[in-house]
Amino acid sequence: MHDIREDPLPAAPPAQQARGRCIVVTSGKGGVGKTTTTANVGVALAATGARVVLIDADVGLRNLDIVLGLEARVRHHVLDVLEGNAELDDALVSDKRVPSLKLLAASQTREKDDVDTNAFRALVDRLREKFDYVLIDCPAGIEKGFQNAIVGADEAIIVCTPEVSAVRDADRVVGLLGERVKITLIVNRLRPALVRRGKMLSVDDVNAILRLPLLGVIADEPGVIVATNKGEPIALDASSPTGEAYRKIAGRIVGTDTSTPEIPREATFFDKLFGGQR
Amino acid sequence: MLEFLKRLFNPEPSSVTARERLRLVLLSDHLALAPDVVESLKADLIAVISKYVDVDAAHCDVTFEQQESVVAMLANIPILGMKPPARTPRPAAPEPPPMIDPSPASAAVAVEPEAAVEAPAPAASKPRRRRRRRAGVNAAPAH
Repeated sequence: MHDIREDPLPAAPPAQQARGRCIVVTSGKGGVGKTTTTANVGVALAATGARVVLIDADVGLRNLDIVLGLEARVRHHVLDVLEGNAELDDALVSDKRVPSLKLLAASQTREKDDVDTNAFRALVDRLREKFDYVLIDCPAGIEKGFQNAIVGADEAIIVCTPEVSAVRDADRVVGLLGERVKITLIVNRLRPALVRRGKMLSVDDVNAILRLPLLGVIADEPGVIVATNKGEPIALDASSPTGEAYRKIAGRIVGTDTSTPEIPREATFFDKLFGGQR
Repeated sequence: MLEFLKRLFNPEPSSVTARERLRLVLLSDHLALAPDVVESLKADLIAVISKYVDVDAAHCDVTFEQQESVVAMLANIPILGMKPPARTPRPAAPEPPPMIDPSPASAAVAVEPEAAVEAPAPAASKPRRRRRRRAGVNAAPAH
């Protein structure tokens, strides 16, 4: 569970104890579902009993708290901590449903350039001593916000939708992450019926380009939107196949699930008739 | 017209179009992100051509351009003159070669789609049909 590999950064102090794993969720392109992925993978990881902290690195466009349904509990944000205006423990928001999950929210009124890269790296290092997993929700783009988000990570999850633009940007991000970071792929918003009719790129089409270990495939289905509306991550929904897909992703990250990611099946007529979430 | 009918009766799934566009755009991206590769390709290209003709190495230009259905390599290599025949007893470059052209632009060699650089793996599938379609597309605006 603990990743005890050596930190490649020369300035880092020698790790005495097992440090948590730091995984950045990134994509290059915006709007492909990074935040939803971070929330659901984080919740699913925490549900296994692991201590998980989610950092919203999208400073200026704070959203992770909304997807998690924790927006009313945020008192301090990441820049408060980085600039010494709040204690780290006070800024970590607890999740009522999964006690081992904490959130460090982004600042809505500040900008990405306000984040000091070294301070952010130090914060991640601090959190890795307290948590098994530090998940970072990376902002879109490849500018400073991206550079900050990846600085402390030694693993990355690329979120990519089956679109030309998303694959192109994901390819660029893979190049920028370089050899240091271990990269895996989640193909998000797949519509199996469209793939079958030749109207959407398949998982194989996407990964023929990116050539990354596949962590999971998430269907484009109404349940995700409904869950986000309510602020209840679908990974907590025991009856949802998409929730199950997120739980399996968590299992693959932890190492307890060695199954090959399955392609979501098409919704049947009866699914549409009776499976309607509100 | 033929192209139109072909599309009407055998429409290409849009995922095939997406795959093809993705292949081209990534090829362009990777070339743009690998200037050292392009430089060494340019040097090799000049070296090969210099075996046959004298080229103005300082004014050679090799670029890549994404066109409708291919990424093309465009090489603009000004030629100063012919190399003297290999077996002549005279020493090389006795006088300004007789073939010299005052306007180097007209001596430029443009390598167009025939020399299109294609991605290794995906291009292998049905290249023949695609080439014909490309010709059809190019011909269309003329009508």
